[in-house]
Amino acid sequence: MTDTAIIDEICRLLAPHNPKGVPLSAATDIPKELNIDSVGVLDFIMEVEDTFDIEIPMNVVAETHTIGDLVKVVEARVRKG
Amino acid sequence: MTDLFDKHKPIAERFERMMAMGVNAVGITNDKLLSPTRALIQGRETILAGTNNYMGITFEKGVIEAGKKALDEFGTGTTGSRIANGSYAMHKQLEAELATFLGRKHCIVFTTGYQANLGMISGLAGPRDTVYLDADSHSSIYDGCTLSGAKLVRFRHNDAADLDKRLSRSEDNEGGKLVVLEGIYSMLGDRAPLRDFVALKEKHKFQLLVDEAHSFGVLGPHGRGLADEAGLEAEADFVVGTFSKSIGSIGGFGAGDHPLFETLRYAMRPYMFTASSSPATIATSIAAVKTLAREPERRDALRRNSERLFNGFRNLGFEMGCEEVSPVIAVKCKDEPSTIMMWNALLNAGVYVNIALPPGTPNRLCLLRCSVSAAHSDAEIDKVIEVFAKVVAGR
Repeated sequence: MTDTAIIDEICRLLAPHNPKGVPLSAATDIPKELNIDSVGVLDFIMEVEDTFDIEIPMNVVAETHTIGDLVKVVEARVRKG
Repeated sequence: MTDLFDKHKPIAERFERMMAMGVNAVGITNDKLLSPTRALIQGRETILAGTNNYMGITFEKGVIEAGKKALDEFGTGTTGSRIANGSYAMHKQLEAELATFLGRKHCIVFTTGYQANLGMISGLAGPRDTVYLDADSHSSIYDGCTLSGAKLVRFRHNDAADLDKRLSRSEDNEGGKLVVLEGIYSMLGDRAPLRDFVALKEKHKFQLLVDEAHSFGVLGPHGRGLADEAGLEAEADFVVGTFSKSIGSIGGFGAGDHPLFETLRYAMRPYMFTASSSPATIATSIAAVKTLAREPERRDALRRNSERLFNGFRNLGFEMGCEEVSPVIAVKCKDEPSTIMMWNALLNAGVYVNIALPPGTPNRLCLLRCSVSAAHSDAEIDKVIEVFAKVVAGR
């Protein structure tokens, strides 16, 4: 899976959490710019885990802020699996 | 310089919006307690329908006398932790009484219920282990997980198939696995489908902790909680509970049968580095545990009262947190402003319930959360239903 495919998929999963239509890029800070609370972020990460069939522990989520950060996390785990 | 409070500005703004609609819903002051179910709030006699006082035990004569006697004989506080000078004979007695009540070999008492989860989870799980926690877990479970340094995996609420999937996905398996569930979930009042989760133990080889904070004293033929009700106590390796609900004091416990359980006393920072409970608190807790064991009819009264409120709300057409009757009865509301408005109207009509808002709730729900007591009279329950009919129905 290419980085572009991963970023496209993450943006698709973020769409329901982005009612104001904030433009998404690798630099977008997910909780801050999309105004998603702590529980919302964890719920979104569950969807990412299920979509890519990977495990993203909460400890990793705590250090993942931007879409770019998340792409790196997903990419590393998809490759490992 | 960055002001450390900058990050809290959104909280301050949200608080101001709430205050503009009435009083502080998350800091209400009880000026005088009249009974387990009534208080004076803002000069008005108010029915308490959101205090988790499930057994209605807080004004029990014998319990109060036990507290007064301990205060006279042992003083106001222990001035030390359990591993220093803070272990009195009565702390050990409470642990023994609880172990007997729970049918467990070992029990350790904590100064608060919050610390019980912090201590037990961080004592059991360490950096090489993995904790699997239900998405709707109480904050004390989340914080205990963080303190443990373990790998943390969250599974979908009450969904054993989802946990099965996540356990199967697990990458590094050299450490132990702890699954954490709750007997009754505090916001919606629903129970963990314990049998479905226990069925996964054979396949995935994990140890199971059940937090019975809201179910201890409430569920099961012995009042021990969900595992007791489900007949699965042998499968629940560890149980956690609190004294601030059915026991009517403050504190918490962890219990289990593991041969090394007592070593947790020297591995749990929230147990080791805080002062032990005051003598009066321990004495009232002991008396309350004995009362619960002696008076199982309190559980029956609680069940009847819970059914009365649940059915009353159902007849009003409310959408509730769950479809099974428990002492936690939450009414789902449309949005935050209307929930705050209705909460104020309930208070002004003499009914106190909890307001529960995101992110403290699952699925961004806004809730008017009631908790029922064995001490509520039928008239009090009916009054709560009547006031909800006026304030909430039709909105």
